[in-house]
Amino acid sequence: MAPFKADLHIHTVLSPCGDLEMSPTAIVERAMARGLDMIAITDHNTTRQVKTTQKVGRDRGLFVLGGVEITSQEEAHCLAYFEADDQLDEFQQFLDQHLPPIPNDEDRFGYQLIVDENDEITGEEQYHLLNALDVDIDGLYDEVHRIGGLFVPAHINKGTTSLMSQLGFVPPDLKADGLEINFRTTRDEILKKFAYLKRFNFITDSDAHFIDNVGDVYNVCYLEHRTFAEFGMALRGDEGRYIDTMYFRDHKLPR
Amino acid sequence: MKVKELVDALGLMVLSGENGLDREIEGCYVSDLLSDVMGNADMGDVWVTLQTHKNVMAIASLKELACVVLVKDQQAAPDTLEQSNEEGIPFLSTSMQTYETVGKIYQLLNA
Repeated sequence: MAPFKADLHIHTVLSPCGDLEMSPTAIVERAMARGLDMIAITDHNTTRQVKTTQKVGRDRGLFVLGGVEITSQEEAHCLAYFEADDQLDEFQQFLDQHLPPIPNDEDRFGYQLIVDENDEITGEEQYHLLNALDVDIDGLYDEVHRIGGLFVPAHINKGTTSLMSQLGFVPPDLKADGLEINFRTTRDEILKKFAYLKRFNFITDSDAHFIDNVGDVYNVCYLEHRTFAEFGMALRGDEGRYIDTMYFRDHKLPR
Repeated sequence: MKVKELVDALGLMVLSGENGLDREIEGCYVSDLLSDVMGNADMGDVWVTLQTHKNVMAIASLKELACVVLVKDQQAAPDTLEQSNEEGIPFLSTSMQTYETVGKIYQLLNA
């Protein structure tokens, strides 16, 4: 088993709130420069920047998990990860079907650009990606699992757009493969208040929207290899795989 | 004012918790963030929301609210309604949006 540094929540220029510099190539280069071994691309309600980033990652030796940060009907953000292209495509169809067809206003919300590995713009998302899907959290879990993905509610302790802000507390019977917390708390602090969450493993990520924040917060995943299957095992704590959380770049808390 | 008087005055649909229609209404709180309701609603409040997650019922029970009014014809999940029946905290529904709903509630409670 080997330790792999992993930042599993990163936005690209495709997210309206993602900075224009957040191209697949720039993200992969910065992640590698910061010593990360794996990252996940998790744009809001779209997977359309994943494959390019995975290709750049493959060419340069960085493992890139395909993901998405979904907005549930309750407006709680949830991460999902998928292994294969056809799974990403299938989930993209689900996203297209359930995102409200409200055009993005790029002056107010920001650009939603798809770029290639040379940072050339090749397309854009027409509908505003920060809106909520018309599917609740349980429905999202069911769909992600039907396709074979992993479901991890994002930054559950955040004051907005999180399970706790939207639902008051994490439902005791929540269906999930793990939970993400941000750097403003710790697993121990969460468990002191909500002991029933000890059945979950946690992850901590940068949630980077700007290139300088890539890898600000990361995990160390103990895996045999860098694969989706191994990451799933680590989330579940299977066969000795596990995830250590709350690592900070240069040991500094993000601003 | 009792919950059943509110039902009659606003023409609300009773989804569940009929055994709680005699509960006394002390006030009203409007929010779709459940953490906000948990922190700020008072006992005996009518809670007006469009959230339908089952945690709505849990918080209504925790805060001993008078009833929950779901706007825009939102429907609660079956397990939510079941718990509402058990605890006697009515779930009510209206086709009105929040603005009209709470405008009318305000008039009733401040008459």
